[in-house]
Amino acid sequence: MEVLLPRTLEEALAMKASTPEAVPIAGGTDLMVEINFDHARPEILIDLTRVAELASWRLDGDRLFVGAGMTYARLLRELPQMRALAEASRSVGSPQIRNRGTLGGNLGTASPAGDSLPVLAAHDAEVVLISAARGERSVPWDAFLVGVKRTSARPDELILGARWRALGGPQSFSKVGTRNAMVIAVVSLCFALDPEARTARVALGSVAPTVVRAPEAEAFLAAAFEDAGVWDDPGAPVPGGTVEAFAERVVAATRPIDDVRGSAAYRRHAVRVLAQRALRWAVGERATEAMVS
Amino acid sequence: MLIRLRVNGEWREADVWPGSSLLFALREELGLPGSKNACEQGECGSCTVWLDGELVCSCLVLAAQAHERTVRTVESLSEGDRLHPVQEAFLEAGAVQCGFCTPGLVVAVTDLLERDPSPDELAVREALAGNLCRCTGYAKIVDAVGLAAERRREGAW
Ligand SMILES: Cc1cc2nc3c(=O)[nH]c(=O)nc-3n(C[C@H](O)[C@H](O)[C@H](O)COP(=O)(O)OP(=O)(O)OC[C@H]3O[C@@H](n4cnc5c(N)ncnc54)[C@H](O)[C@@H]3O)c2cc1C
Ligand code: FES
Ligand code: FES
Repeated sequence: MEVLLPRTLEEALAMKASTPEAVPIAGGTDLMVEINFDHARPEILIDLTRVAELASWRLDGDRLFVGAGMTYARLLRELPQMRALAEASRSVGSPQIRNRGTLGGNLGTASPAGDSLPVLAAHDAEVVLISAARGERSVPWDAFLVGVKRTSARPDELILGARWRALGGPQSFSKVGTRNAMVIAVVSLCFALDPEARTARVALGSVAPTVVRAPEAEAFLAAAFEDAGVWDDPGAPVPGGTVEAFAERVVAATRPIDDVRGSAAYRRHAVRVLAQRALRWAVGERATEAMVS
Repeated sequence: MLIRLRVNGEWREADVWPGSSLLFALREELGLPGSKNACEQGECGSCTVWLDGELVCSCLVLAAQAHERTVRTVESLSEGDRLHPVQEAFLEAGAVQCGFCTPGLVVAVTDLLERDPSPDELAVREALAGNLCRCTGYAKIVDAVGLAAERRREGAW
């Protein structure tokens, strides 16, 4: 076994090109568990924690780029205005885990329970990959996350980060687990309104082999808001039954299974509850803002 | 592989198997067994140390990742026989039973109080969410944090 310690992105990419079987390690919060328990024994590891180019973010107008090496602790500290991302980051593990665990690692692991992933999905994020041979390429999140712990990254590529348009409306991330901290999601949900485009976004974790969106629920809600004039007037009342009907459509987008963390029936129930809450929060927030202004 | 790191103020070298964790290097190569090995999967916090000033589980850091970096362990807290005020507070509050979780907790509490000398109980519990104790039921640990916080505000450290 061997550990390579590149200091720049260029060095790291050259290493990945010449030894494509080498496994990158960032915070190690997923990979070290595998190594400690002898579930993985990579011949070559590439340590990415010295590669400064990965550990940064940029906000260009409303275009946000978050580098793969950004830890949850830094996302919380430096980008609190990205509300759903901050709420998801805050729910990850413990202070020790948030100080090490990175967005790139969450993408690399590609668990259906990865907490940053519903946030990326709700924002229609692109995952930016990079290689020495071909430079950068961007892949929509759903073309990157192709299965349980499977991504479409090529062997000579590293994850550079993710990019998306910041949305102007209310948004939230919520997660159900057995306790308040240190918990892998039984289900998770990211909800966001985009008043500019007059769309709603809802993405779910731990209810299918990958993170999923609920397009029918989104279209239903956008139309319901249109009919009731809620897009133009945030204070306009949302017709009775909308919240429940939206939540049923969100549940219909899931394909949950029974596993050690929860039954499929419980997951459906939890999704229904989270969807209703998230929508009520968002409607309430817009109505309050309308009253204040 | 040979790594060089600054541990508790001193540059040290260790010859480690490339797959070993920082925790293993500290305990088995550098003669610092204060950080405990319980779960090796980031769940219990008994291996907590500072890496470049940040609280981390040393079982999840590859030893090689600490090469040319600064590590501070629980051993840095006491001076000879004189315990750190956080360690004193743990003793006084009866927050130590079997003691296995104590080194990690003492490090996590010190980190918390160095950043926030007046945390409320919720902040304390949240800051310690990554440190498990199977004996005390946590109430006395929270008491110990209160005691240590008082001393911190009085300027004990
Ligand atoms: C106690 C504990 C609690 C946890 N709680 C949560 C939780 O609440 N929510 C959650 O979502 N996760 C949780 N996790 C899982 C883990 O912390 C996250 O998935 C984290 O984002 C992983 O990031 P990392 O930098 O530590 O990844 P690493 O372990 O370093 O890497 C993970 C994978 O990504 C690959 N990789 C990393 N960076 C790159 C890159 N730039 N390019 C290409 N590949 C890359 C690695 O090769 C590896 O396959 C927890 C883990 C532990 C140990
Ligand atoms: S031994 Fe590191 S967290 Fe348990
Ligand atoms: S005192 Fe025994 S585990 Fe905490």
